[in-house]
Amino acid sequence: MPAQTTDTPKFYQKRFMPMRHARLIPLLLALAVPANGLAETFERQLANGLRVIVKEDHRAPTAAHMVWYRAGSMDETNGSTGVAHVLEHMMFKGTPSAGPGEFNRRVAAAGGRDNAFTSRDYTAYFQQVPKQKLSEMMQLEADRMRHLTLDPREFAQEIKVVMEERRLRTDDQPQSLLFEQLTAVAFQTHPYRVPIIGWMNDLEHLAPADARRWYERWYAPNNAYVVVVGDLDHQVVFELAEEHYGPLEARPLPVRKPQDEPPQLGIRRLTVKAPADLPVVMMAYKAPVIRDVDQDVDPYALEMLAAVLAGHDAARFSRHLVRQQRLAVVASASYDSTARGPGIFYLHGSPSEGRTAAELEAGLRAEIADVQQHGVAADELARAKAQLIAGQIYKRDSIFAQAMEIGQLEAVGIPHALNRRMIDKLQEVTAEQIRVVAAKYFRDEQLTVAQLDPQPLPLASRPASPSTARH
Amino acid sequence: MTPFKLLLLSFLALTMELAHAGPKIQHWQSSSGARVFFVENHTLPILDLQVDFAAGTAYEPAGRAGVASLTRALIDLGVAGIDETQIASRLADVGARLSGGVDMDRASVVLRTLSMADKRGPALDILRAILSTPQFPAAVLDREKARTVAALKEALTRPDTLASRAFWSAMYGSHPYGSYATPESVSSLERADVAAFHAANYTAPRATVAIVGDLERAQAEALADELTAALPSAPAMRGVAAPTVPAASEHRIAHPALQAHLLLGLPALKRGDPDFFPLAVGNYSLGGGGFVSRLMKEVRDQRGLAYSVHSYFHPLAQLGPFQIGLQTKKAQANEALKLTRAVLSNFLEQGPSEVELQAAKENLVGSFPLRLDSNRKILDSVAMIGFYQLPLDYLDLYPENIARVTAAEVKAAFSRHVRPEHLVTVVVAAE
Repeated sequence: MPAQTTDTPKFYQKRFMPMRHARLIPLLLALAVPANGLAETFERQLANGLRVIVKEDHRAPTAAHMVWYRAGSMDETNGSTGVAHVLEHMMFKGTPSAGPGEFNRRVAAAGGRDNAFTSRDYTAYFQQVPKQKLSEMMQLEADRMRHLTLDPREFAQEIKVVMEERRLRTDDQPQSLLFEQLTAVAFQTHPYRVPIIGWMNDLEHLAPADARRWYERWYAPNNAYVVVVGDLDHQVVFELAEEHYGPLEARPLPVRKPQDEPPQLGIRRLTVKAPADLPVVMMAYKAPVIRDVDQDVDPYALEMLAAVLAGHDAARFSRHLVRQQRLAVVASASYDSTARGPGIFYLHGSPSEGRTAAELEAGLRAEIADVQQHGVAADELARAKAQLIAGQIYKRDSIFAQAMEIGQLEAVGIPHALNRRMIDKLQEVTAEQIRVVAAKYFRDEQLTVAQLDPQPLPLASRPASPSTARH
Repeated sequence: MTPFKLLLLSFLALTMELAHAGPKIQHWQSSSGARVFFVENHTLPILDLQVDFAAGTAYEPAGRAGVASLTRALIDLGVAGIDETQIASRLADVGARLSGGVDMDRASVVLRTLSMADKRGPALDILRAILSTPQFPAAVLDREKARTVAALKEALTRPDTLASRAFWSAMYGSHPYGSYATPESVSSLERADVAAFHAANYTAPRATVAIVGDLERAQAEALADELTAALPSAPAMRGVAAPTVPAASEHRIAHPALQAHLLLGLPALKRGDPDFFPLAVGNYSLGGGGFVSRLMKEVRDQRGLAYSVHSYFHPLAQLGPFQIGLQTKKAQANEALKLTRAVLSNFLEQGPSEVELQAAKENLVGSFPLRLDSNRKILDSVAMIGFYQLPLDYLDLYPENIARVTAAEVKAAFSRHVRPEHLVTVVVAAE
């Protein structure tokens, strides 16, 4: 679904991929759109409940192998936030038959790349390998699905790594802090209020037993599914899956409570002070997500609204707020129509020099008001749909993206086969439906506004300029 | 037969199988004199193009830091008869995506479009106009300068930006690779600076065109001619001067962040240097090989000092950096620095073990297909090969070149390219 364009990562990975060309300046962020490839997928369920989904792509002799568990940070409880992600790290720390580090070593020896990520809704593990290595990858994943060692000494080291990850990606990132605080205010009861990486104090007190409990609760074949995309025959994949995952036994799963968020009764505001130069405004409107692929209308209309507002360089926010009014240096909108929990439609941006956060908030509101009153033009909507269709085809260029798409849909309970229907539903969205959702969901009672109040660095940290510039 | 020999044999078999596994790159010159590189591939209805100019920050005139990025940013924000909104709208109308950027050597314009004639036609029309008649409208220039200054001011509050700038500055001193834009330098840029930079650097002899995807050779030839027809035929490529390598130094910058940012490195490697292969193999064991490198094991796995720790070579037209980087909580900065230096100096003294060497080769050769399993990845590789004038069989020979590296060659190459007496260290936000 559309990439989250807030500065906060949607999920946490085991390893940060360093930017090789740190000085390369991206000039245009391509719009990511929900998409399905046109190739057929095949599915089989093993007797233990594990589902195996295969999409054949024969362009190169490679394969992506992913194991998805339906357990993410939203399944955590107070006092042990972050445990889903910590367990993800511990999954690389060994089983009786493959010791600490052995998993990574064997993937590397196979010429593969591997990583894992934890989101609110799920935890997933993947390897990209030459296709002949799929069997070995399945053997490794099946082994750690049920036989993790969870050595307390390894835990003691790895929890430090996770705390460093939190410092790097949240505590020292003003916009991540802003997003974390915004989320914790917008949701009061639903577990989405908790950051995926966990509160630092919880990490400091997390014990190996917490990780063990989490593993025992959720890591079972009947709470998982395997996605394979690549240059393989689906029957061969099914046979390999049966061989490696088939012997694992199903286990009873805990009952999941809905924990629905009660209605918000008025606007909420918060401020975050952090070392920065640019103010940031982030507005979060409660919004629905897709629960019935066929019957729902509003989530699809909200997706198209996000595309009309901020889907490309000439979309409304960029054209009006950045270019014409010069009110913002950047302004964007983001919305994800698929989630296990409740949805949010975000508007966010930074004001230009000499303009205030309050002025930018008023500008963002004015854009919404314009849609509420006048709807959107036919050519704007057609443009958003053209991008959507192109995005379907571009996605087929990436083995990994195709596997991610299948996995993410299944994670929120939408059968991947309904993807095509979702694309149709998006194409059926009318200008009037967009006007209706703009009026329906963009109300102050549903709104939380967070503002980053930039604090100057201490003098010693400020770069001396321009004398340090070379020329 | 020992397991080691078995491994080696299967390894060689793999190598043989993969030889000539790269895509077939066709190469010619456009009638304007731009170098064209084409990989024909009809499996998807997609066309990817990248036009690179030798117009990176290294070519900025003295006192004009920031002009390379500003020129690239403005090139698609207004062409003859079409304003920025129309450009973006027309591309979006056919689902095309324009991107690109600037690094030290290159300015890139990248287009992805559907290959059907009614889609690619309008997209390529826009691309041709961008390359032929950019207008650099004064009002747009003014606005983009303001946005760049705002982004720079924000970036200069970040510990990673401060570390990176201090690092490049210490490595390169007054060499162009050590130059960077400041709010002041960008504020002082005028339209004439942008126009002059464009005229001097966006020319046919300085351009390479990489085309990958659903197009016939004849169409690709016509396309390359059309796209580059309006580019001036002079001036030709002029090189970047070689940097003088610095004396070892250490720089500390205070910052309120919770984590210290550490960078160690030096100017080390040019594109096309045959030592690239032993250095790539060695770096895999030192800090490039994901979770299995020495730095990852020592710094992260055994001591929990950092989430991310890496090393890499970044070869450029002139000596590009070798870099080790990590972040750790402030109080641990000195401990982490000491450990990192020890890991590096051990590696320089001993080189990789036989086990490490084999593991590195197995991964680098084995993962080769993953580097080329999409049109996008092929485009990246082909554009790099074209721009840096690497041999057209570079990808074909890559597995062999990796496979034949010996431990002694790794050690010798590191001793030539990573000399501690030139190692620059930057620490931001240590206690």
